[in-house]
Amino acid sequence: MQYHSPNTFEDAAALAVAAAGVTRFLAGGTDVLVQLRADIITPDTVIDIKNIPGVRDITRHDDGSWTLGVATSGAEMREHVELGLDWPGVVEAMDLIGSTQVQGRATLVGNLCNGSPAADSVPAMVTAGVEFSVTNSEGTRRVAVMDIPAGPGRTHLAQGDVISAVHIPARGARGGDAYLRFIPRTEMDIAVVGCAINLALDAAGVITQASVSLGAVAPTVLRLDEAAEALIGCTLDEATLDKLATAASAACNPISDKRGTIEFRTHVAGVLAKRTAKIAYARAQGVTK
Amino acid sequence: MKTIHVTATVNGDTVEYLCDPRETLLDVLRDRLNLTGAKEGCGTGDCGACSVTVDGRLVCSCLILGVEAEGKTITTVEGMADGETLHPLQKKFIEYAALQCGICTPGILVAAKSLLEKNPDPTETEVRYWLAGNLCRCTGYDKIIRAVLDTAADMREAS
Ligand SMILES: Cc1cc2nc3c(=O)[nH]c(=O)nc-3n(C[C@H](O)[C@H](O)[C@H](O)COP(=O)(O)OP(=O)(O)OC[C@H]3O[C@@H](n4cnc5c(N)ncnc54)[C@H](O)[C@@H]3O)c2cc1C
Ligand code: FES
Ligand code: FES
Repeated sequence: MQYHSPNTFEDAAALAVAAAGVTRFLAGGTDVLVQLRADIITPDTVIDIKNIPGVRDITRHDDGSWTLGVATSGAEMREHVELGLDWPGVVEAMDLIGSTQVQGRATLVGNLCNGSPAADSVPAMVTAGVEFSVTNSEGTRRVAVMDIPAGPGRTHLAQGDVISAVHIPARGARGGDAYLRFIPRTEMDIAVVGCAINLALDAAGVITQASVSLGAVAPTVLRLDEAAEALIGCTLDEATLDKLATAASAACNPISDKRGTIEFRTHVAGVLAKRTAKIAYARAQGVTK
Repeated sequence: MKTIHVTATVNGDTVEYLCDPRETLLDVLRDRLNLTGAKEGCGTGDCGACSVTVDGRLVCSCLILGVEAEGKTITTVEGMADGETLHPLQKKFIEYAALQCGICTPGILVAAKSLLEKNPDPTETEVRYWLAGNLCRCTGYDKIIRAVLDTAADMREAS
């Protein structure tokens, strides 16, 4: 196994292109090291991106949008008060990953690129409209989160593509997001279903923008456009919530495994969608944080 | 296999070692630096027996490569006592008998110390969540949680 620790993303991309065999970028390592130790994947080349300047910076721009360095850990996100006020759903989704120790290392980008259908931060990034800078030998382009997952353990990134920044849009007025997951334990488990919702309201409390996403119920994260449309133009009355739950259950395409059957996952998706919507709505109203 | 030269600070001392890129920081601490306080319970981030701090951040040393420690400041359970004087948490763990076999104890001490540095007045719930990644197969946790809460109270009084 070759270990590289480049100082620029261009060098990281060039090293990946030149590498033969299995290559992994190393962010927090909480997936890469587990797979290495369990003899699931022993990379031939590991490219540590943590020594590139700025990879831990959390920046709020003048227009209210955010840029996060790709090695920013869950703990660093949690400790950033303003980020949590703007994007509580993204922060709480990331915060659900693993223990305090795992939080000290784990990153949004690693969670996405590991390719688990149950990755907790991914639905929250989908509803927030997160985009990534992807750097390769041709330059740097912007890619939306939905365009990265390809299937369990796979992404649409090419060998020389390295994610070089995380972009979160401006929160805007009267907006709020939330993420909930169902797990059989209270801590340290893998989502059976995960649901993220992001809403914006007008002054009267009518939903003007909505985004709904489910994790762990299909080979890749789902964005539920019909469920989102059911919310727009409504306040969060019972009839609207029921429509949301029906649309969420209908969108599921899950597997049965030891954590939950197809029927259970489909049902729980609807229940979680309702609960998540209520939290996001209260946050958008400014009633809760 | 090509080994890589690494310089780091461990418990206040500058250390240098050569390591294979596949070795974890836990392997390096135990097998190259003879600091056997951190334990390997699982090797996959689940048990917390290998807990150390890197640049002040609580982490599992089994999920970090030895080569990643270049230039970093690491503390382990061996750095907790001041010579022969035990850290208040260590004293309290003995007083409360908050350990049996002791495999989990170094990791729990390091994790609890890191909590009290960030939050000198944690609630019981906060202690339980902070330590959720530190598994103990012997004690049933209760004495551990009491010992941490009581140490926090003592340290607040003393400061
Ligand atoms: C005990 C434990 C509990 C866990 N619990 C959860 C949980 O509850 N929910 C959950 O979703 N996950 C969980 N995980 C999995 C893991 O912690 C997360 O997926 C984490 O976010 C991965 O981030 P990382 O930075 O550690 O990734 P790494 O391990 O560093 O990398 C993961 C993948 O991303 C790729 N990658 C990293 N950075 C880049 C980049 N800049 N550009 C392109 N590709 C890149 C790597 O090549 C690799 O394939 C857990 C893991 C452990 C050990
Ligand atoms: S040995 Fe590191 S968490 Fe178990
Ligand atoms: S005392 Fe034996 S594992 Fe905790």
